[in-house]
Amino acid sequence: MLRDITLGQYYRADSVIHRLDPRVKIVATFVFIISLFLVKNFIGYLVAGLFLCLCIKLSTVPPKFIFRGMKAIFFLLLITMVFNLFLTPGEALLSFWKIKITKEGIKLALMMGVRLVFLITGSSLMTLTTTPNNLTDGLEDLLKPLKKIRVPVHEISMMMSIALRFIPILMEETDKIMKAQMARCADFESGSLINRARSLVPILVPLFISAFRRANDLAMAMEARCYRGGEGRTKMKPLIYKKEDAIAYLVLVIYLALIIVLGRILFS
Amino acid sequence: MKEMIRTDKLVFEYIRRDEEGNVEGITRAVDEVDMSVSPGQFIAILGHNGSGKSTLAKHFNALLYPTEGEVYVDGMRTEDGEHLWDVRQEAGMIFQNPDNQIIGQIVEEDVGFGPENMGVPTDEIWERVDESLKAVRMDKFRKSSPNHLSGGQKQRVSIAGVIAMHPKCIIMDEPTAMLDPTGRREVIRAARALNQVENITVILITHYMEEVVDADRVFVMDKGKVVMEGTPREVFSQVEKLKELKLGVPQVTLLAHELRKSGVPLPNPILTRKELVDALVGIRNSRKK
Repeated sequence: MLRDITLGQYYRADSVIHRLDPRVKIVATFVFIISLFLVKNFIGYLVAGLFLCLCIKLSTVPPKFIFRGMKAIFFLLLITMVFNLFLTPGEALLSFWKIKITKEGIKLALMMGVRLVFLITGSSLMTLTTTPNNLTDGLEDLLKPLKKIRVPVHEISMMMSIALRFIPILMEETDKIMKAQMARCADFESGSLINRARSLVPILVPLFISAFRRANDLAMAMEARCYRGGEGRTKMKPLIYKKEDAIAYLVLVIYLALIIVLGRILFS
Repeated sequence: MKEMIRTDKLVFEYIRRDEEGNVEGITRAVDEVDMSVSPGQFIAILGHNGSGKSTLAKHFNALLYPTEGEVYVDGMRTEDGEHLWDVRQEAGMIFQNPDNQIIGQIVEEDVGFGPENMGVPTDEIWERVDESLKAVRMDKFRKSSPNHLSGGQKQRVSIAGVIAMHPKCIIMDEPTAMLDPTGRREVIRAARALNQVENITVILITHYMEEVVDADRVFVMDKGKVVMEGTPREVFSQVEKLKELKLGVPQVTLLAHELRKSGVPLPNPILTRKELVDALVGIRNSRKK
């Protein structure tokens, strides 16, 4: 049902990874992604892969869920690999007509493929183990320094969490409007692409009107409950670093050091 | 005793403008309303659509400011900016659409939203959330997503969100208009419990007559003016006048009214089913003798 959609595909479980502070997870994901671009050889990828497997194991998220996200990037993956395979110049292994496959091509294609897979797996592990709410809270806290240069960090995170709250509601509304238009013989499925796009107008117009009305109501309700921006606001669930988070940071530093030493320096 | 809410000759005008910003017309939504509500009362404001009752309610929470006249909440003039947040904390507000007033993605987070805004320390927020969810009997659902709740449950969460701010008064702007009968009953029961147990002043705006029967005082509005005022008994005894204002009366009252017109000597008014049964039984017994 539409109501059951959770954005960011959170997988409910109670693991070490789930309990970690969202800030740790966001930082870790970034470090992991950066580390993938630092690596220059297969040993490095092995370390990254092992680290990722360890995290997945600890998170108790079934691998099935993690690889579901892969479907979306399958074509991207394919195209990247094919291009790398055929278009890298170097020592030819196979060649017919104008196409040739080079040794370097195979190596690069494999590296790119592994890199992409790791990248997606790593970031979906974060979204699978962190509720969207925690994620926005974590981001707000991490981006706090930007407040000094007048970036409205609190407002952005408030907007994000409101958007998250209203996505299922608006989805349901879209469904309702579509059915109402279909009952009056609107046709969304047949015709050319342009016709189909045009037939979306009678859905979008009422949806926008209703979204504006909701926004107006919500703003009033928030004001009535004393909302006045981030100034002087306390938190019901403040983010506090625990011992586990410190350990996680330590593990992260060790991982990064390993990657740099093994993936760049020792075997380059 | 100090009044919870008082309005003095309150006037509010909506100004309609055309595209160039010229005044096209002025609609007087609230017209010289004098009203006073004592602490601890259960007040009902009745009126059909467009009678100005919602506009009036928004003045009690400083969401709108009077065009003329004054509004005092617990002795504070709403127009004075310095009291703005005190007014909003003391006079909580519940709106019609349950979906559009829940901000949190989890029930308990939504209830905590008000106290967070007020700058209440974290530990106390949790205490307040616990007690307010218990007060509306929604503590079982504290970890649920609001999207999975029924309309009545959502409204009870909204009520909990207001209670957590420790208000002295709750204004409910047609809280039951979008609910099914079960949801309506739940919400009204919660409102009544607040009034009786916590002694919070409740101002209920509605067009369902059944919800008004137990109120301490009823105001009937039409075209921005208060046209009738009194106890439910006083107001509902004037069935014909209410009909003129396009308002119904509770079914039982209407039945008694029709019976009385056809010659059954019933007292006026009758508000509950029990009263009607007792009166009819009384008449039968007296005829037997």
